[in-house]
Amino acid sequence: MDAMDAVAVKPKVRVATTSLAGCFGCHMSFLDIDERLLELVELVEFDRSPLTDIKHCGPCDIGLIEGGVCNSENVHVLREFRKNCKVLIAIGACAINGGLPALRNSFDIGRCLQEVYLTGLNVENGQVPNDPELPLPLDQVHPIHEVVRIDYFIPGCPPSGDAIWKFLTDLLAGRTPRLGHPLLRFD
Amino acid sequence: MSFELETARADAGNLRRVAIDPVSRVEGHGKVTLLIDDNDEIQQVRLHIVEFRGFEKFIQGRPYWEVPVMVQRLCGICPVSHHLAASKAFDHVVGAPVLTPTAAVVRRLMHYGQMLQSHALHFFHLSSPDLLFGFASDVGRRNIVGVAAAYPEIAKQGVLLRKYGQEVIRHTAGKRIHGTGAIPGGVNRSLTVDERDELLAGIDQMIAWSREAVVMVKRLHATDPVLYDDFGTFRSNLLSIVRDDGALDFYDGVLRARDADGGILLDGVEAKDYHQWIGEEVKPWSYMKFPFLKHLGTEAGWYKVGPLARVQNCDFIPSPLAEAERREFIDYGKGQLIHAPLAYHWARMIEMLYAAETIKTLLQTDDLLGGDLVREGAHQPEGVGIIEAPRGTLIHHYAVGDDDLVTMCNLIVSTTHNNQPMNEAVRRVARQYLNGRKLTEGLLNHIEVAIRAFDPCLSCATHALGKMPLQVVLQDRAGSELDRLEKTGAGEISGRRE
Ligand code: SF4
Repeated sequence: MDAMDAVAVKPKVRVATTSLAGCFGCHMSFLDIDERLLELVELVEFDRSPLTDIKHCGPCDIGLIEGGVCNSENVHVLREFRKNCKVLIAIGACAINGGLPALRNSFDIGRCLQEVYLTGLNVENGQVPNDPELPLPLDQVHPIHEVVRIDYFIPGCPPSGDAIWKFLTDLLAGRTPRLGHPLLRFD
Repeated sequence: MSFELETARADAGNLRRVAIDPVSRVEGHGKVTLLIDDNDEIQQVRLHIVEFRGFEKFIQGRPYWEVPVMVQRLCGICPVSHHLAASKAFDHVVGAPVLTPTAAVVRRLMHYGQMLQSHALHFFHLSSPDLLFGFASDVGRRNIVGVAAAYPEIAKQGVLLRKYGQEVIRHTAGKRIHGTGAIPGGVNRSLTVDERDELLAGIDQMIAWSREAVVMVKRLHATDPVLYDDFGTFRSNLLSIVRDDGALDFYDGVLRARDADGGILLDGVEAKDYHQWIGEEVKPWSYMKFPFLKHLGTEAGWYKVGPLARVQNCDFIPSPLAEAERREFIDYGKGQLIHAPLAYHWARMIEMLYAAETIKTLLQTDDLLGGDLVREGAHQPEGVGIIEAPRGTLIHHYAVGDDDLVTMCNLIVSTTHNNQPMNEAVRRVARQYLNGRKLTEGLLNHIEVAIRAFDPCLSCATHALGKMPLQVVLQDRAGSELDRLEKTGAGEISGRRE
């Protein structure tokens, strides 16, 4: 009930998170704040996120994006987040520069698909999936700042739970977020 | 091969489309589409995996020693499974299929830490809101934050169980997510006495909480047996690895499959022979393939993997508390295999207990502190690594050229094995709960509850293009074109760079 009372006093900060072409590792690292998660939920409430069942992002204070842009759907989701979030943060190598999925940029996507679905080992009924329900892949994986304006970037693959915690608590306290040397990593 | 409700019979043009997009509280990117006629009868249900990564292609040409670290980026939820499955495959490539005792125990500990954290994450953070509040409960509360408010003790245990597993991973792999501990032929670190003692200090509490978690799931089953037994239930074969003596083992073993009545379909199949037994069918509406046992064909050969398969496929669990729970679970089936998707949660918690008990045993092994870390022998051109990941059997297969560069890569990830089972479960649930009714958010969540039971990792399973003329243009903020892809009516793709 305490949490409910706090809501009445001070509105919680609304946070949305999503994974585009990422591995969910950045989301997992977010959960690596461990017990501090229970502290955090006293201060924030989650909008669209893999942790909730809200399917579309509403007006939010902070948006966290994991992963780069690899298909048409990623572009839509990213724009939805930019439209709704006052502060948009790119979290992790994939969002910042495409990350590992961008290794496919040096190959022709048509050939990648053929290799996986037509000529691959033990493939039965080989064909390239082509249903209209499947979003069209882009021929390159793109960093998210090529599509929308991004306010902050947190590097790392993934950034540690401590780095994410420091960044968010700075932001929630109205300070300019600073990671400092020990928390700033790129691996 | 097409299954009931997989493809609408006639005039799909007149059907109404409802999409659950994205499927939430699962890992990765998926959606479910339903086609419904004028009488609200469901005509088609599909779980689509909508992202394509192409990993098998771009891994080619990389030096083999990079691969165990790269593959983790397929999946940040079970990175250790990919890290180890790849390392196991490359153990064969570097001629060291048998590791030093220290390397073997460090890797095993890393893996059991991963099982503990992943099972805790799935149950407490992702699925418990459905089970504790009800499938159609208030959408605003149906999440871990709601659980933390209503059941703070349960939420705290979940968070701390996961934390413990992550710490085991950090001590063995160097980093909680995307570590580097395993290398072809061994590991690059063992534990210090302090690290071991730190983990030993916490393990009894983890075992106690894991036991409580099993009790909680049993209580849930007991309060509504009809729901827990029937929800989305379908019969199928089972597949997992088991240890040589039939014990449950997550790190190593031989392939065993049972039919829906428990009869053995195959047993003792070594990792390197997997492709003689398992084929993968492609369907145009999903990037995730549909594996099946080749000798049974696509129609009869599909199977479940993961906790429900493992706990019933093995002959025993080699740790006392979990074995007692396994027996109780088997007895619940009254001589029949249990096929209920919701029983996955029960089996998963038994496995979490087994993981916690095993971590304790491994921490008490002196080899954990040893210094002999790597072996190498005569190099081989090919290697297969199979491991039981949290979600089921994971297969990595590589070929390497004389120049040490990877020439072939084939991955069958756990969630892919469960593709047909998950589709089958959502079709059952659609028939059981949605048919003829006005669809509400709560009813649609029933579909997701069925998917969540399998703990799918759609992130792993994302391996897309079409017959419709379609064009996507990606522009930057100033409006200039960054990327463009066109698909012609014939399904040919052309990109900007061609
Ligand atoms: S940055 Fe790393 S951890 Fe984050 S989504 Fe990309 S691969 Fe995963």
